[in-house]
Amino acid sequence: MKLEGKSVLVVEDEPEMRRFLRAALGSHGLEIVEAATLGEATRRVTSRRFDLVLLDLGLPDGDGLALAAELRGFTGVPIIVLSARRREDDKVQALDAGADDYLTKPFGMNELLARMRVALRHAERAAREPEPAVEHFGPLSLDRARRRVEVSGREIRLTPTEYRMLNLLADHAGRVLTHRQIAQGVWGDSRTVEAHHVRVHMALLRKKLEASPARPRLLLTEPGVGYRLCEPDLET
Amino acid sequence: MDEPPASRPDPDLLLRRLHAEEERLRRGNLKVFFGCAPGVGKTYAMLENARRLRANGVDVVIGCVETHGRAETAALCEGLEHMPMRVVLYRGAKLLELDLEGVLARKPRVLLLDELAHTNAPGTRHKKRWQDVLDLLDAGIEVHTTLNVQHIESLNDVVAQVTSVRVRETVPDRMLDRADEIELVDLPPEALLARLQEGKVYLPTEATRAAQSFFKRGNLLALRELALRRTADRVDADMQAYREAHAIDATWPAGERILVCVGPSPSSARLVRAARRMAAGLRAPWVAASVDAMGVAPMTRADRERLDANLSLAESLGGEVVRLAGKSVSEALFDYARRHNVTRLIVGKPTHAPLRDRLRGSLLDDLVRHSGEIDVHVISGDAGPRARAPERTAARRAVPWRALASATGLVAAATAFGHVGRDFWSPVDIVMIYLLVITVVAVGLGRGASLLAAALSVGCYDFFFVPPFYTFAVSDARHILTFVVMFVVSVVIGTLTLRVRRQEGAARTREERTAGLYALTRDLATAADDASVARVIARHAATAFNTATVVLEAAPRPGDPLHVLAERGSVPLESPEQAVARWVLEHGRPAGSGTDTLPGARLRCLPLGTGAEPLGVLGLAAPDAQAAPAPERDFVEAFLRQASLALERAHLADEAKAAALQARTEQLRSSLLSAVSHDLRTPLAVITGAATALRDDAAAIRSAERVELVDTICVEAHRLERLVGNILDMTRLESGTLQVKREWVPVDELVGAALTRLEAELQNRPVTTDLPDELPMLSVDPVLFEQLLVNVLDNAARYTPAASSIDLRARTENGAVVLEVADRGPGLPPGAENKIFEKFVRGPGNTERGAGLGLAICRAIAESHGGRIEAENREGGGATFRIRMPEIELGPNEASARAEASREAQP
Repeated sequence: MKLEGKSVLVVEDEPEMRRFLRAALGSHGLEIVEAATLGEATRRVTSRRFDLVLLDLGLPDGDGLALAAELRGFTGVPIIVLSARRREDDKVQALDAGADDYLTKPFGMNELLARMRVALRHAERAAREPEPAVEHFGPLSLDRARRRVEVSGREIRLTPTEYRMLNLLADHAGRVLTHRQIAQGVWGDSRTVEAHHVRVHMALLRKKLEASPARPRLLLTEPGVGYRLCEPDLET
Repeated sequence: MDEPPASRPDPDLLLRRLHAEEERLRRGNLKVFFGCAPGVGKTYAMLENARRLRANGVDVVIGCVETHGRAETAALCEGLEHMPMRVVLYRGAKLLELDLEGVLARKPRVLLLDELAHTNAPGTRHKKRWQDVLDLLDAGIEVHTTLNVQHIESLNDVVAQVTSVRVRETVPDRMLDRADEIELVDLPPEALLARLQEGKVYLPTEATRAAQSFFKRGNLLALRELALRRTADRVDADMQAYREAHAIDATWPAGERILVCVGPSPSSARLVRAARRMAAGLRAPWVAASVDAMGVAPMTRADRERLDANLSLAESLGGEVVRLAGKSVSEALFDYARRHNVTRLIVGKPTHAPLRDRLRGSLLDDLVRHSGEIDVHVISGDAGPRARAPERTAARRAVPWRALASATGLVAAATAFGHVGRDFWSPVDIVMIYLLVITVVAVGLGRGASLLAAALSVGCYDFFFVPPFYTFAVSDARHILTFVVMFVVSVVIGTLTLRVRRQEGAARTREERTAGLYALTRDLATAADDASVARVIARHAATAFNTATVVLEAAPRPGDPLHVLAERGSVPLESPEQAVARWVLEHGRPAGSGTDTLPGARLRCLPLGTGAEPLGVLGLAAPDAQAAPAPERDFVEAFLRQASLALERAHLADEAKAAALQARTEQLRSSLLSAVSHDLRTPLAVITGAATALRDDAAAIRSAERVELVDTICVEAHRLERLVGNILDMTRLESGTLQVKREWVPVDELVGAALTRLEAELQNRPVTTDLPDELPMLSVDPVLFEQLLVNVLDNAARYTPAASSIDLRARTENGAVVLEVADRGPGLPPGAENKIFEKFVRGPGNTERGAGLGLAICRAIAESHGGRIEAENREGGGATFRIRMPEIELGPNEASARAEASREAQP
């Protein structure tokens, strides 16, 4: 995924942070537009189109989550939250509000770039149908047309729930899905299905797909937040 | 309180004056324009003074000034700001009253308020204007007011005697004592009478006649003398204060102390006022005492209420109030008097018939005989019809028809019985039968019935059994004696029975009260914190006062509704009740229903707390009808004292606890700071150095060195981040704000997440995991527990050689899930197994720097989950860290999730 020429809105109230992002992202050929307040950001997003939004949560005139919710009302532009809030609840809240990803400050530049690539590819994939015939995630291959799952060329038999779960994670490969989002996507019900249901099925799926379930390479856990299907892209 | 026989300033006295001085600075000044009669020009003088202040730029506002249509006075008002008056509707009439809330909100420097003795319309905050003034002074507003001498409480009787006009609107003397400045507005009677004739003195039309009889030269002379004398007393007192302040050695008060004996009789109020006057004259402290003596019939409820009123009067006039008990009145009085160096005793003149003294011994004689060195002043009781009236109303009770009918029936039966057998029995036997009936009636049916029974018995005996029969005529004079004896016996027995009953009733009430207080004390002793103390208070108050109760405390933010600590029954807490409670919290005096302040509220509020600022308010819901009598004053006081002490104790305990926690947090913070400041500075120094080198010497640095420098920056930044994270975690765990959010999590997920996170640290290192399939899920906070595992694994990685293995095992053992992290490093130094879990402790040979918090965090997390973490040396070298979590049985929900998943897994 090429980053050159993509337009990014950076919503961040710390001037130092903006300066750093401008320098680091600009060197990758990205077009940077800055907004220091929620109000300014709202004006910018309504006046033009962006390929990606980097969003800080604690803004002087309100919470960045309000902007995420507002954006989701009219566009599918990828949103990556950059925040110093370390608490998992904040992450879950941001993801449930429609953010595509969440990075806790401080973060490494390579990590940010990887997350941005994943988010951009998702936006693109959503724009152009259909999916490629067979998807590959490291040793895992998923052939949706034939409903066939293989690890290192060996076919794996999955229960319907496990298969649905894998499908959902593959749809959002590289992104964290919260327990609630998984419950909604797999069971169609995010209120009565509790986190431990998701956990039990995830543990079984891991046993089937991972070479060593205690050291997962594919189905990664974000403690207290949810799960992520690892995309090779993110590892580079 | 005892006056020391000193010739130098008493330190206590100086201290008290210092306090009074401070108090005065905080509170507003009170200036009273004092005169002997209406029309002397008090309002005029007040306004003139106000205009002078105004001209000097002082913020003077008129709260309420009565011009009475006089043009000169009205002219003076012009140019001064008027506070808008509040309109109060009362019985169809519109009354203008001071808008107290408005003034408190406007907060002028000086407020003019005419007529200190004014009685407010119902529906205002206080019954009396002087109470408004107290609130205003408390709020720091200076008040200028006017007052006539006849309105002073302690002079009330004297004025009534002189002028034969009884003034009902009175101001307690302490208001005048409280005044910082008294300005006497004097006018000779002749001039005043002349002004009256010119029509310059306002007289209310309905009272013209009374007022005219009031404005007689003699009256005015007497009133003027009273006013002058009162002012002179005041000047004298100021002089005295000056002498004390400057230690001028001269005559010091001879240590006089006055004791006044107060009873339930209305005339006692007179005694109280007399005592106050005498005390003021002698500048002596005075004490009002009521005596419960043995052998005296206990008081009726009405009596008790009047006694309470008299004692309240004494208190409001500045006297101390005590209740004495003893074998006899004189013994109790003198016992107290001798112990407290009383020099003068004031008692009332007896109002009963002299015969009673002959029979029972005179109290007065007794007092005089035992008085010794104490002067006894006997003052006449005011025995006017007004004074007696309440007693009569109290005596009027429902007629016990039933008892009277039963008495009649019994006498009739006795007569019938005697009549049937009159041939066998002598008249003496019949008299005995009647006496039996009278005794039975007296014991069982009360005094009224026994009197009736006696009368009927005498009548029947005379009619049926005394010759000539069937007439009321008496042939033999000796029968008269029989009649008299029968009558006297019935009266004596009836009276005795009545007294025994009353005593029994009083004893029962007293016992109930004592038991109630005892139960309160006992329950309060076991209550530890504010809330439980409040609950106990509310519960016992509800029982003791037989009404719904509530305990309130100040809201954290002013303006919010008060915080309900405890409630018993449903208590009205609308805005008037809130206002009452708030007032009580601010002023520390009772208010609300049944008091003089905000009596319109449906709640009676009593302050809880022994200091000047109450800690809380006890609210008693006012009963719907006024049927329930007010509880006795001494019981209420005892109750409040107990409750206040307990609340204060709980409050102090809470404060101590908070202080201890604060101290611990402080200590942690300071030790954290001292421990980490070095650790924080080092990476920062490295980063700063490397970054500035890259910026400033860009040209000189070779590319290999550049890479080295950039790597250093990244490594140090990472370390800094981990350090800050640890400090934050520790602070959160220690401050007690951390919440453990338990969820059911499979062990392998936790281990997997931790290993993923430590990917970089565990590179090139063999890690083996042994997690059996049958491991139960753990009920833990996934985030915290992952942190625990990460810290343990990270610790193992950092203290062991780069390529040595780390083994992670889990198993169930005795109902606990045990996780073991074992390494092949150097192991633990002997004796360090526990120490390594303490804060700021670092292992030996640690090449990396850290704050020594990682394992302390592990222990805190494990303990917050009810688990344990321990370390020991491993067989064959290395260390083992063992985390032991209690196994919690799966809820049905979790079990079903597992069952469902495995069912689905079946082919």
